[in-house]
Formats: sequence, C-alpha cells, structure tokens
Amino acid sequence: MEKLAPARERLVKSNKNWMGGEMRGKILVFTCAVIMISATISITIFLGTKGLQSFIKNGVNLIDFITSTHWNPTNQANPEYGVLPFIFGSFAVTFLSALIAAPLGIGAAIFMTEIAPSWGRKILQPVIELLVGIPSVVYGFIGLSVLVPFIRGHVGGLGFSLLAGMIVLAIMILPTITSIATDAISSLPNNLREGSYALGATRWQTIRKVLIPAALPSLLTAIVLGMARAFGEALAVQMVIGNVRDLPSSLLDASATLTTIITLNMGHTTYGSVENNTLWSMGLILLVMSFAFILLIRYLSARRKL
Amino acid sequence: MQPLVAAAAEEFMAANPKVDIQVQAGGSGTGLSQVAEGSVQIGNSDVFAEEKEGIPADQLIDHKLAVVGITAAVNPKVGIKDIKKEDLIKVFTGKITNWKELGGKDQKIVLVNRPDSSGTRAVFNKFALDNATPAEGITEDSSNTVKKIINETDGAVGYLAFSYFTDDSVTPLAIDGVEPKAENVQSGKFPVWAYEHSYTKGEATGLAKAFLDYMMSDDIQSKLLQEQGYLPVTKMKVERDAKGNQKNL
Repeated sequence: MEKLAPARERLVKSNKNWMGGEMRGKILVFTCAVIMISATISITIFLGTKGLQSFIKNGVNLIDFITSTHWNPTNQANPEYGVLPFIFGSFAVTFLSALIAAPLGIGAAIFMTEIAPSWGRKILQPVIELLVGIPSVVYGFIGLSVLVPFIRGHVGGLGFSLLAGMIVLAIMILPTITSIATDAISSLPNNLREGSYALGATRWQTIRKVLIPAALPSLLTAIVLGMARAFGEALAVQMVIGNVRDLPSSLLDASATLTTIITLNMGHTTYGSVENNTLWSMGLILLVMSFAFILLIRYLSARRKL
Repeated sequence: MQPLVAAAAEEFMAANPKVDIQVQAGGSGTGLSQVAEGSVQIGNSDVFAEEKEGIPADQLIDHKLAVVGITAAVNPKVGIKDIKKEDLIKVFTGKITNWKELGGKDQKIVLVNRPDSSGTRAVFNKFALDNATPAEGITEDSSNTVKKIINETDGAVGYLAFSYFTDDSVTPLAIDGVEPKAENVQSGKFPVWAYEHSYTKGEATGLAKAFLDYMMSDDIQSKLLQEQGYLPVTKMKVERDAKGNQKNL
C-alpha cells in the first residue's frame, strides 16, 4: 500500500515523523541536562551564601575559623569557632582509609582481570556489589558493636578512634576503588600484554612493568573517587570515631570530622544562629574540597595516555 | 520527646479518626525554628525558647507538657551509686580522673558527652554541673548509643533521662544522696530535670489546641506519660522559669 502513495506524500510524512521524534528526544534530554546543571548550581549558590554568613554577618574571623583548634560555640561569654581539629580529622581518616583500600582494591582488580578473569571475577564481582549495597548506617553499627570493642580489648585506648574510623571507611570505599580499577585495567588494549609476553616477560613482570604504569592515571582516579566518598561520609564515621574536639595525637585517640560535627549539631541549633551558620561554613568547606577532588580527577584523566 | 508525642498523637487519632497529626523528629532546635517560621503548628523542645539563639520567644506561647529527670549514669562495674555534686563536677571537668578517688574501682574515668547544642547537655550542665564546662570526651547524640557505650566501656560515665534506666546495663547515680526518682523531682529535691515544651505561635487554635488539651488530660498525664518514662507536669510541686529560678507551687 505504501508503495502506491505518491513519492511526495511519503517523503513529507516521513520527514514530519523524523522532525517530531528528533525534536521530542532533543527536548527531553536537554531538559534532563538543564535540571541537573541547575540543581548543582543552586546548591553551590545556596551553600555559598549560607556558608559565608558566619563570616560576613556574624563576624567570625575566617583565619581563626580555619586555623584555631578551639571549638566552643555554646560558651556565651566567649564563644570560639575553630574547626581545624575537624578539618584535620576529615583529612586524616580520608588519607588513612585510602592507604588501606588502595592496595587492596587495586590488588583485587588485578586478580579479577589478569590472574583469574573467569572464576575470580565470578566470585569477586557479586562480593563488591554487595559491599556497595550495604547502607552506611549498617557499617557504622557493625563498627560500633564489633570493631570498637575489639580495638579497646586488643589494641588499646577507648576503641573510639581514628583507627576505627579509618577501617570502617576503608571497607566502604573499597568497592569504588576496585570497580573503577578493574574497568581501567581490563580496558587496556590486549597488544600491550601480547607485546610484553613476546619480549619474554613473565605475567608478574607484565603486570608490574607494563599494565600498572599504563593504567596509572585511571588507578589514581579510582583512589581519588574513593577518597571523595570517604571525605563526605558522616553516619558510619560518627558512630565509631568518638567525636572529640581535640586534635588527635595518635591513631588510638578519638577524633571528629567536619561531617560528624555537622550531623551531631545541625538538629539542635536554630536556623540563623551563629552556631548554625558555622555548621553551614563547614558544609562549604566540604563542598570546596569536593571541587578540589573533582579538579584532581580531571587533571589525572587528562594525563591518561591510552 | 518525639516518642511521647508520637504515641499520644496515635491515640488521639484513634479517638478522632478524621484528624491527621504528623509528628516529625529533630533536635532541640528544629521544632523551635519551624514553629517560629510558621511551617508547623506545634514545635516541641526540651529547652526554653528563650535559651535558643535566634528564636523570637515573645511570639511563642509555651505549653509545658511533661517533665523529664536526667542523671549521671555509670558503667555498673565502677561500683558507685551515689556521688556528691562537687565530685560530679570534678569528674566531668576532668579534675578527678580515676574512680578510686571516689571510693570506686581502680578504673580510669571515661566521659561520654552530648553535642554542644544538645538540650540534654544544656540541662545537665546547668543543674548538675552548675554551669562548669565539661572536659572533652566521646560525644554521641542518641541516648541509646550513649547507654550502649556506657554499658560497654569500663569506667564510663554519661548522662541519661530517667526513662532509659529500664535494666541493669547502666547504674544511675544519686546526687548528694538524693535518689534519681520521680517523687524527688516532683518535690524539688532532685535538681536535674527539664520541661518538655510544646510551643505554638500565638495562642493555640483549632486542632492544635485540641491536641494540647488532650496532652494535658488525665488520661495522658497519668498513664501514657509514665509508660514512656516521663513525669506528669500536673504533679510538680515546684516550677522553674527560663532563667532556671525554681520556686515552690
């Protein structure tokens, strides 16, 4: 039937369909993009204005805020707003957890892609997916019930410590690092491996001298992404770190992070009060840090050679 | 006070099926902030509105629904059941660091605090520690977590509302020989207690008024309140204002 219709009609009809479908699809995805971008921008603007209020409106000194170690917002006569211990705590747990999770995650990724691509992947893949699926409050509760008493009994101190926070976080960021590292290594072109074997290198030499250097920027991206997650995690850390406002002097000392102080205090402060505003300022620091992590990732990806 | 109000709201809605009351949980500041800006009809808090910065207390009307007693709690192995107030202050300010100085076991004292802005902390600091600034210690927000930590940590001391002393896992301390009991709070002998406030913006009207009246009814005050571990405000023989001045009724 179609064939009998005049050519002009057929062409115009199909042309119309083509236009309609194309336009609709374009509008749909364009809207999605606009919503995402405007959400990000409005969060940034909101957090920026709220976070700066404590400095502009309440006259908190920015330098003191970042460099002082005294946090005493409820002292009415002489309130002090120094968040250095929390900034230090955030960085400490982030780097320490990455220190544990990076070798483990990259090791698992090499095992999955190079050593036992078939059965190793079959076992490890669901394990990693399971780790992602466990909610952070469960990690925190297990940490509080198992890890904290264990550290108290076998290592020393109170149990609530940087050490507990860093172990919980390391387990939480392990799946992020492992899955990105796996993708990075398995996407390396096969001729790298074949070339290396052809030169007489063993499998270990190939992994160490060829594959890891080739995938290095992606592996670093994996680690930085894991660190970004660790930096922002609040709930699980809050349950095991002890939330003490002093600078920790050892791994077994209790500590606090920016996120734990925000979650502990936000509900108790009233909107617009100085203390509430300083909590927003801590949120702004977190946002700035996550921008820094993103910049670092962009820089690392730009260095990727393959 | 969220569990109490939630339980009362449930009973109120069972009795009045057409009514819908939503009870949200939040910290000491959330309820006050939200009622002040008019986004909720009733804002609950465990502190006076006057004590929170940035709340227009003169626009809010206070309805005192219940009283909660708070006392220090220690790990049962510490071996202390009674403490002098001055010693309690020394414990929390870090001047006494071992329980043996107070006649207990030879155990290091481990403090469990609440967050700076917590209402429970404010009440405990004011009436148990006479406004002394507590030394640094583990800080947790949830009473159940605090109880768990005190129970599991040797030498731990923190503070909890009376309603959490339901088993032997932590030992509540008597202060200056006064047992942490409801009748001692009601008679004014036990110093550490606070009101559970419900604030409305302007006079309560309509459903908000009906619900607040219901909360003050005998049914709730003498039954549900006590089941939940609170003390009825109607039985108090003393009262207190926002500045903490106490007088007999």
